[in-house]
Amino acid sequence: MDIIKTLHLGHRFEKKDEQGRVISANDALTDVNLSIEQGSFTAVVGRNGSGKSTMARNLNALLKPTQGTVIVDGRDTRDNENLLQVRESAGMVFQNPDNQIIADVVEEDVAFGPENIGVPTEQIWERVAQSLKSVGLTSCRMMSPGRLSGGQKQRVAIAGIMAMRPSCMILDEPTAMLDPAGRKSVMSAIRELNSSAGVTLILITHYMEEAAMAGRVVVMDSGRVVMDGTPREVFSDVPALRKMQLDVPPAAELAYLLRNRGMDLPEGITTREELTEAVSAAFKV
Amino acid sequence: MVRDVTIGQYYPVNSAVHRLDPRVKLLGTLLFLISVFFINNAETFVIVTFFLILVIRLSRVPFRLMLRSMRAILVILVITFIISALFTPGTELWRAGAVKITREGLNSGIYMSLRLAYLVIGASVMTLTTTPNKLTDGMEKGLGFLKIFRIPVHELAMMMSIALRFIPILMDELDKIIKAQKARGADFESHDLVKRVRGLVPILVPLFVSAIRRADELASAMDARCYHGGEGRTKMKPLIYRRADLIAYGVIFVYTAAVIFLSIHPFIWRQ
Amino acid sequence: MTAMTIIRLENVNYDYGAGLSFETHALDNISLDIEEGSIVGLIGPTGSGKSTLLQQMNGLLRPSSGSVYFRGEDISSRSFDSRTLCSRVGIVFQYPEYQLFSEDVISDVMFGPLNIGLSHDDARRRAEEALQMMGISGDELKLSPFELSGGQKRRAAIAGVVAMEPEVLVLDEPTAGLDTAGRKDLIDTIISMRGKRKMTVIWSSHSMEDMASYVERLIVMYKGAVVRDGTPADVFRDAQYLEQIGLAVPEASYMIRELRTRGIGVEEGAITLEQAADSIMAAWNRSRKNGLEQL
Repeated sequence: MDIIKTLHLGHRFEKKDEQGRVISANDALTDVNLSIEQGSFTAVVGRNGSGKSTMARNLNALLKPTQGTVIVDGRDTRDNENLLQVRESAGMVFQNPDNQIIADVVEEDVAFGPENIGVPTEQIWERVAQSLKSVGLTSCRMMSPGRLSGGQKQRVAIAGIMAMRPSCMILDEPTAMLDPAGRKSVMSAIRELNSSAGVTLILITHYMEEAAMAGRVVVMDSGRVVMDGTPREVFSDVPALRKMQLDVPPAAELAYLLRNRGMDLPEGITTREELTEAVSAAFKV
Repeated sequence: MVRDVTIGQYYPVNSAVHRLDPRVKLLGTLLFLISVFFINNAETFVIVTFFLILVIRLSRVPFRLMLRSMRAILVILVITFIISALFTPGTELWRAGAVKITREGLNSGIYMSLRLAYLVIGASVMTLTTTPNKLTDGMEKGLGFLKIFRIPVHELAMMMSIALRFIPILMDELDKIIKAQKARGADFESHDLVKRVRGLVPILVPLFVSAIRRADELASAMDARCYHGGEGRTKMKPLIYRRADLIAYGVIFVYTAAVIFLSIHPFIWRQ
Repeated sequence: MTAMTIIRLENVNYDYGAGLSFETHALDNISLDIEEGSIVGLIGPTGSGKSTLLQQMNGLLRPSSGSVYFRGEDISSRSFDSRTLCSRVGIVFQYPEYQLFSEDVISDVMFGPLNIGLSHDDARRRAEEALQMMGISGDELKLSPFELSGGQKRRAAIAGVVAMEPEVLVLDEPTAGLDTAGRKDLIDTIISMRGKRKMTVIWSSHSMEDMASYVERLIVMYKGAVVRDGTPADVFRDAQYLEQIGLAVPEASYMIRELRTRGIGVEEGAITLEQAADSIMAAWNRSRKNGLEQL
């Protein structure tokens, strides 16, 4: 079952002068065709300017396609009637932890989404408790967000989206502003949501170690999808990724270096374990 | 460094006053402030003082915190007293050359200072027992009827609570900007007024830009969480009156009526 | 040629919020000598005092006790005017692009030089030089700083500090929030600038890989104190301790360690992927040779 489907999605940004004439145009997205299956974990990578953020925002109707269509849970995002339902289905977590928290008490912020969609009061309490538990922040529920770490704030934001019971959660570079400890806590929270609760995830990131945790990696460059496959498949093509000025997970990079120096290693190594396995095996030969 | 800014100095403790609906406290404070202006004799003074002390005791907030709010207006209190005492005409009590103090002056001085002090203490009881967000909730629900006059009550309340949440963040940001500009040689201690005002540009422009950027991002986040104004919104913590609130309303109305009555008709034995 | 100490910290302690609820002992008895011309990395978990330490170096913050010396002069004494330091020790904060304010890029970068008393022409010349080193030139100088891309904004902000031609450049997580390409470009630019201007560079980071690749000396902070101080290779040897305090070692170190636990005779000490590849190949060649000899 496809939760999200994009058909020939294109998005053009136009700069207009005071008379409304177009002075410049930028095709941030061109002919993007993606289908996101329920329960999947998809990572979208690409350098700054590749269009990944623009695409994310087209998925929950924050931006409307200038070409093509986006269907979320069977609804066309261009139809204004569908706006609220599309956003309820496709929740979004943003990059800056502070700039998405509304309330001064954690539990009240998590309640913001359900309040907006008219959930009755007792159910709001239930959802808030459940969501906070699912990201491990139950003990922080009465705290002021100002006293939380970056990683905790992002988890509050994630809980806030979970409380809306979305069909899928889109995360736009959620760890870019966090320290390593924060990144770890956020990644482990979302992996848990995907594996135990079956939450469909779309993770926009430039950290390859994070993309390696997904089931599918979509690589974007200049507004188009240029690679689409499992992490194994995508990360084996180190030269292609390097050309786009993208990184590969360290294990894949080391495997590449070793292969170049003459060691015969299998393709598709992306994790530390896989690398040490393969290298040990090469030594035993 | 995060500045520990506590707006309105809320004092967290579980008291009967803390638990009251914020609308009761808002109206109650308003009526109390009005009642203070009716202090003009011993009877009203006693009743108002008694009521204030009762509320303070019920709120379980240490009295020294009330006194702290007085510190800010100490100077005004003293000046008010002195002006009243020296410039009110009437029966002379003491004289030193051209300067004289009258009995009416002393009387009026005491009452005016007292009123001012009570006003400040009354207002601080409210802020000490109610969080800013509860206050905005109270105003939103309580002033909801203004919607008839096309006043966007919900939106104003939302603006206020978001502003409260972001004040410490923006203050932090201000700190950082000042440091960054200082590191580039900016001078914020110049004695030249023109220079000092010019020196605000490298502080205010980045702060404004940052605030606007945050607002933009916050708006996107609110959109993403299906915010669409006040229509159709439910509440996690709706304001519902309980018996204690209704009793409090009763007490406040009786008290206000009593004060107004006594200010006009003091006890019979006086006559 | 003996190396000269350009900045020295002696028993520096720093407390703030005295008497309030958030009273903090941010720096604990720190003594350090920074060698002129060196490139020093600073790592530590969030809250360890890195930013606070960096701000002691150009007098923005003064120690609660202890002293800080720049070229032998006590910059922490009450009588010292820290404004004279900003042309000698430049500091770039996290997300420096948030300090941009002027109508155009060139004016913003001239702000620093003008503040330290240079003539308009000199300030302009310096600003243009600095911008060029940071990769911004020509028409871009006339743009409003807010019209630049994210990466360019950051470079313009850094140019604003570099234009004062400091002898020491202190950077607080300069690559925070940048993508891979942006990070690499920025670091390369800073390193080349350091070579050209012979600056001392002190740089805090969360990336162990960057520290392994680029710095000569690595200082580790924890709870306000300096807990490790040496070459990156030395510091990363003690992976267990670093993990205990909430840090990590470069991925390359982890890989080598894993291989060794599996009995592969690869030498320790590699901290970059290139070094790891070298060590593994060396071990592999040795094992092949031994294998052949056994035949």
